[in-house]
Amino acid sequence: MAAPNSFRIGPDERGHFGRFGGRFVAETLMPLILELEKAYARAKADPAFHAELGRYMTHYVGRPSPLYHAERITRHCGGAKVYFKRDELNHTGAHKINNCMGQILLAQRMGKTRIIAETGAGQHGVATATVAALFGMPCVIYMGEVDIERQKPNVFRMKLLGAEVRAVTSGSRTLKDAMNEALRDWVTNVADTYYIIGTVAGPHPYPAMVRDFQAVIGKEAREQMMQAEGRLPDTLVACIGGGSNAMGLFHEFLDEPSVRIHGVEAAGLGLDSGKTAASLSRGQPGVLHGNRTYLLQDADGQIDEAHSISAGLDYPGIGPEHSWLHEVGRVEYVSATDQEALDAFQLCSRLEGIIPALEPAHALAHVLKIAPKLPKPHIVLMNLCGRGDKDVFTVAEALGRKL
Amino acid sequence: MSARLSRRLARLAAERRKALVTFVMAGDPDSATCLEYVRKLPAAGADIIELGMPFTDPMADGPAVQAAGLRALAAGMTLDRTLDLVARFRKEDDDTPIVLMGYYNPIHRRGGKAFAQSASKAGIDGLILVDLPPEEADELLPDLRAAEIDLIRLATPTTDAKRLPAVLNGSSGFVYYVSITGTTGAAVPEVAPVGAQVARIKAATRLPVMVGFGIRDAARAEAIARVADGAVVGTALVQAIERAGADKAAAVSGITALVRELAKGVARASA
Repeated sequence: MAAPNSFRIGPDERGHFGRFGGRFVAETLMPLILELEKAYARAKADPAFHAELGRYMTHYVGRPSPLYHAERITRHCGGAKVYFKRDELNHTGAHKINNCMGQILLAQRMGKTRIIAETGAGQHGVATATVAALFGMPCVIYMGEVDIERQKPNVFRMKLLGAEVRAVTSGSRTLKDAMNEALRDWVTNVADTYYIIGTVAGPHPYPAMVRDFQAVIGKEAREQMMQAEGRLPDTLVACIGGGSNAMGLFHEFLDEPSVRIHGVEAAGLGLDSGKTAASLSRGQPGVLHGNRTYLLQDADGQIDEAHSISAGLDYPGIGPEHSWLHEVGRVEYVSATDQEALDAFQLCSRLEGIIPALEPAHALAHVLKIAPKLPKPHIVLMNLCGRGDKDVFTVAEALGRKL
Repeated sequence: MSARLSRRLARLAAERRKALVTFVMAGDPDSATCLEYVRKLPAAGADIIELGMPFTDPMADGPAVQAAGLRALAAGMTLDRTLDLVARFRKEDDDTPIVLMGYYNPIHRRGGKAFAQSASKAGIDGLILVDLPPEEADELLPDLRAAEIDLIRLATPTTDAKRLPAVLNGSSGFVYYVSITGTTGAAVPEVAPVGAQVARIKAATRLPVMVGFGIRDAARAEAIARVADGAVVGTALVQAIERAGADKAAAVSGITALVRELAKGVARASA
């Protein structure tokens, strides 16, 4: 495939990134999707929208998040210089709020009065419940029964924030099923309801819109790195479930040829174990949840159940822009297993005094693999996109400890 | 354009009869039982048979149709077996049109051309894909046309006047009007607004308009068929299979009895 002039111009007017993306939704939703696309285009061009979003980002979310030189991890690796973009320090503890803040302002502009969302790890659910509380809107969060069990703290946080958490008992009872159920709600309540999708997936314009709201991560990181080091980073690393924190970091740097970019999928028990969430490594292009992208599926086009210790990465698909960046070769997609993530989780806690979420622990696992082999002046920038408080029960269980 | 479907629609129009369109899930509760009751549907009064293609993630379906798809998948149903079921039905019935209904991914995985050719060979007449709106349908339409399979489009309460031409453009066979905003079997449609919407669609196309979602019994089928060209019933039928449980004979007799009832309702609307 020939490389395009820019990796940052997509999607086209039909929402396609190469052959990926698009709008594969039920007819009932199509008029609304088209309306959303127009409303977002208007907001994007409106300085007042950006001013309002900027105010909330500064005073409510707490941006910019710091860029932190992880000295002890760097020393531990004995190679490249490792930096963390500290998006786990945002209000609600992850990057998810960046997107929710943007979308709730858009929902208000569109006159919508009810908010729904899906959630896996619960981070997006908490972020959505948070902005819904802030703007006084009723909010329903769909969450798989399995995830409710393994992310209890986040479930209670959502309830405290006034959201209704609806357990999803169909299919694998995880993130993909929560998304099915949210789509069923949306198709039923299409007139008054705004669906805040939490990642760079779903029908156009969601993948581009969520990316745009998350792109603040990369924009800040570039400026901060220029201040700290006077140059661009050499390698970016981020974990990928749907891929919103990764797109948020990567997008700013896609047209910088000197910057290597690594996306880290969740290998689960191993890429060939049959218990994995690595859609690019082990999937095939397909159509699910409104877009064409790489999906874990069988030869008959039935969707496989994903597996990852991290509820936030436990999804059989990936954002369509990642599928495209994979096929054009701009981003290199690798993976880390449950065990590698668990090891990185503990190492980061002990060496840096930062308990990371299990999601970015996958990114860190990859950093721990590559940094020792890279020369000292090489700068690795990793997105530490969430904090690990929510994961302490899961990690304790994996380590065989009783709390 | 499918010859079988156009012949059937022309005959219904000539006889001034409303159509009963029955939806069942291919392979529910297993392939052999499904073939047995599908064979009985025409005699029980089904004018057109919609056959669901089971899918793991049926986003637009309510609990009953979701469960039907899972039963079929658990019993080993695949796309090839669905086509085989139709081919076997065709050995005895070459008149009743069969329309496959489902989601795009299993067909995408197979490839449009390969699917269209084998579907046509099996005796499929039409295709309804819930998650392939007109905006994305160009990639499949030429293959379906070459195989003389109708792509039947869905119009919904949210399809406004501005959008309707885009939905109708490229559609053939009939138009499927989704009577409610919601999933299959979720709510019961009101007759008057459905009638108004059907009239609006009929003003824009010469294709017949069939109405589905939420039509549960003969009375509702009659009322809806009065204001449209036909009524589609699905959830109520797959629930008859669910109720029968392990009793295969009860599944067959239950579903045929229900179709006979529904057909009486639709016939009253024709009179």
